[in-house]
Amino acid sequence: MAQFENFTFKDHLRESLLFNRRLAILVGFVIILTLLLLGRLLQLQILNYDHYTTLSEKNRVNIVPIPPTRGLIYDRNGILLAQNIPTFMLEVVTEHVENVDAMLAQLKQLVNLSDRDIKRFKRQDRRKRDFESIPLRYRLTEDEVARLSVNQFRLPGVHIKAELARHYPLGNLTSHVAGYVGRISEKDLRRMKNFSQYRASSHIGKVGIEKSYEELLHGKIGLQRVESNAQGRIINVLERTLPVPGKTLYLNIDVNLQAVAEKAFGEDNGAVVALDPNNGAVLTMASIPTYDPNQFIHGLESEEFKKLSKSPRRPLFNRALRGQYPPGSTLKPLIGLAGLELDEVYAYNPIACKGWYTIEDDIDQRKYRDWKRGGHGKTNLIDAIAESCDIYFYDLSYRLGIDRIFQYLSAFGLGKKTGIDIEGELVGIIPSKDWKMKTYHELWYPGETLINGIGQGYTLSTPLQLASFTATLSQYGKHFKPRILKSTQDPKTMVLQQIEPQAYPDVHKISKKNWDTIINSMKKVVHGVKGTGRSISYGLKYKMAGKTGTSQVFGIKEGERYDERKIAKKLRDHALFIAFAPADNPKIAVAVIVENGGGGGTTAAPIARKIIDYYLLGEVDEPKPVI
Amino acid sequence: MSPSQLSSSDFGDSPRISGGSRLLESFHLDVPLLVALLTLAGIGLIVMYSAGSQDGGLILRQILRLLLGFLVMFGIAQIHPTTLSLWAPWIFGAGLLMLVAVLLLGEVGKGAQRWLNLGLFSFQPSEIMKIALPMMIASFLADSVLPPRRLRLLMCSLILVVPTLLVAKQPDLGTALLIAASGIFALFLAGLRWKLIIFLVASVSACIPFIWNALHDYQRQRVLTFLNPENDPLGAGYHIIQSTIAIGSGGVYGKGWLNGTQSHLDFLPERSTDFIFAVFSEEFGFIGVILLLSIYLFITARGLLIASQAQDTFTRLLAGSLTLTFFIYIFINMGMVSGLVPVVGVPLPLVSYGGTSLVTIMAGFGILMSIKTNRKLVGH
Repeated sequence: MAQFENFTFKDHLRESLLFNRRLAILVGFVIILTLLLLGRLLQLQILNYDHYTTLSEKNRVNIVPIPPTRGLIYDRNGILLAQNIPTFMLEVVTEHVENVDAMLAQLKQLVNLSDRDIKRFKRQDRRKRDFESIPLRYRLTEDEVARLSVNQFRLPGVHIKAELARHYPLGNLTSHVAGYVGRISEKDLRRMKNFSQYRASSHIGKVGIEKSYEELLHGKIGLQRVESNAQGRIINVLERTLPVPGKTLYLNIDVNLQAVAEKAFGEDNGAVVALDPNNGAVLTMASIPTYDPNQFIHGLESEEFKKLSKSPRRPLFNRALRGQYPPGSTLKPLIGLAGLELDEVYAYNPIACKGWYTIEDDIDQRKYRDWKRGGHGKTNLIDAIAESCDIYFYDLSYRLGIDRIFQYLSAFGLGKKTGIDIEGELVGIIPSKDWKMKTYHELWYPGETLINGIGQGYTLSTPLQLASFTATLSQYGKHFKPRILKSTQDPKTMVLQQIEPQAYPDVHKISKKNWDTIINSMKKVVHGVKGTGRSISYGLKYKMAGKTGTSQVFGIKEGERYDERKIAKKLRDHALFIAFAPADNPKIAVAVIVENGGGGGTTAAPIARKIIDYYLLGEVDEPKPVI
Repeated sequence: MSPSQLSSSDFGDSPRISGGSRLLESFHLDVPLLVALLTLAGIGLIVMYSAGSQDGGLILRQILRLLLGFLVMFGIAQIHPTTLSLWAPWIFGAGLLMLVAVLLLGEVGKGAQRWLNLGLFSFQPSEIMKIALPMMIASFLADSVLPPRRLRLLMCSLILVVPTLLVAKQPDLGTALLIAASGIFALFLAGLRWKLIIFLVASVSACIPFIWNALHDYQRQRVLTFLNPENDPLGAGYHIIQSTIAIGSGGVYGKGWLNGTQSHLDFLPERSTDFIFAVFSEEFGFIGVILLLSIYLFITARGLLIASQAQDTFTRLLAGSLTLTFFIYIFINMGMVSGLVPVVGVPLPLVSYGGTSLVTIMAGFGILMSIKTNRKLVGH
């Protein structure tokens, strides 16, 4: 058969017809495939044109947020407290890196890379978007920037980014007022209301003014529509809305005064608050020890943070706002005022102070002792304040009763928030019968009235509260809300906006005569021969009204004597002093507390004098001790 | 009057031949085909300029390749079809040997073993097969009566299957497909019986589940990605997604030359080679696509006309097979770029950057021209 095939004659016409028939079928095949192609292109380019145009635009155009510049912070005299300085950081786009570990090893030879940097970098790398750059190191030194720049060509995907970082030029000095900013944490994100404003920002106010005035300082985010390529590189800016920078803040704080105050503490811990009694401006708010806020900006190593937070001196603790101390004898002027107004005492009617006091119907006849062994002898209200006679105030407190004391102390803002414009203040405690019932489910004992009447026992207040009531006292009851912010300024228009002082309702209607009596007695604290604060009166160029206080850190048993020399420093009494000056036209009211400082007159009062000297005279007169 | 003669004037074969054309014809060149090819090359260079980010060096290299291609076409056009028929077994045999050599000692490039290094230059024997296989089958079938009988069919299927498998093994699926297509077209044109065709199609369809099981995981993945590219938008599906976006966003009029965002912003991969059609569609839109497709169809039609007018079995089969394979090139390329068929590496003839396949394609046109111009005039 196969052989026979070779001998078959070819029929050319038939083969030609067969071929052309097959060719015609294939022409049909070509037409079908062409129609298929055309159909597909019609579908893509005409039917779904809008869809693909949207996708192509999404590819091409990105919205890139621009962070606003954070507002600057100045003190009342225009001294810069917080600014923004350019810093350099190292960023990596891992998509452009062939071998991440090799790159890290190479970088380690050029810059300082801690294990923590690498750990954080790898963690962020796992959950980032494509072609997003991840920070590897912050705060490159100039040397490191130079070394990296020279080697840049060998490090694809690695680049140096300049950004503005917060900086506090005065460091420790303003840490408890200005506070600091830190990296936005997940907790911050959860709390955030205006999330979209922070899309370009890495930092947020964490404490202090930085936190309290976050909204003013932050500004408004800017946006730019950019054309970028598949690798995320920006090719062209199509449209731009500039960010609005944050407001410049001027504080009422006088940084020089703050420096004087902090220096005056020496090695001691404590707090100072100084107010302008005429408007509530916070002139100084210091808590000692301080810390350097700059170390928080780029994040602390957890060990460093532990060291700071576990330090026995507790530098992170803002004592001025959150330190709750027994106010001790500094409450006596207020108790006295209550006694006068409620006609329980007369200014010049003396009582006999024999050094101890017993409640008449107390079966045990428990003895409540005066701080002075042997007592003050015949003492009237004025002397009782000047010499801080406890017996007088035991008697007066007993007559007033705890609820009337509570009423008066509350009227001066004790036991309540002062309403200062910085976050985190605590309220302290001013006890009453109701309070004790609610808190301990117990009845009030008359003996507790005596103890709390001299500012011990349950009674607690913050240095800020003490300064606030001192200011109110100096103003015959005019009560202002303490304010740190003085004015704000728009950095573009330079328009300055003053913050108006905010007054609380005046404290009761108290007769001028009674105010005068109390203020006079407070002058005698400093200027009187027997005044507990007389040690600072030497060379004093103005009249000062003050009151010393001592608050017990631990209880002394009945019959036992407090001997400062025998007691460990940390168990010693806290020394307190409140004052305002000039006494007749008060310009400054101060509250000082020195932790474990011993006596208010010897440790706290000199600090107050230095502050007031500087504020009123512009210099610090070192007071010489009275012999 | 045969149907082929009726249609002759429709594809530019005007009875009035000018002096210049006569001169060109004496050099065995077909003027309409030449003009269409030159137009295509011109369009190719224009798109390339945009796709290659206005790189003059790239354009120069492509011009040199085009020159080489046209030179090869010119050279082959001078060879008489009878000579080609005589050479066919030798060329095919040499190609087969080289394919075996590639498998044994070829160079690896881009994950496949395709290249044979001959010291001075390296080349892909699989490209030779694109011409050699249809030549071999055509010359083998031309010896006997059509349609081919059993033994001859068996021989033909061997001629077809062996090189196809060798190329597929490299692996170069695109080329293997084109080689197989050229053989199948030749067989079909030779009048392969319908019963047999139906039987073959049915048995191949029945084998699909078994083939699926025999595939490697990555090969299955590739098919699945084609069926639903959104499953893997950053991996294998990325090419298809980005090229369909490019084509679709071109719309009716296109974004304009040099204004394609998908290509200029690096979203399109392989944009001066296999995916250049996406660049073209993005910048010139549906209207541009119609124009480009018309030129390709004109060339296809011209080739089929030459085949139908050819005077013996060898030239008919060869011309038909070469032309249809050329069309398959276009269909697969445009189809894969627009997401109609899976991605296999097939360039867009004369437009994509790249030299090897260009030379083969131009050699094919050289053969077509030789066939066209060596016709003996037969009276009507």
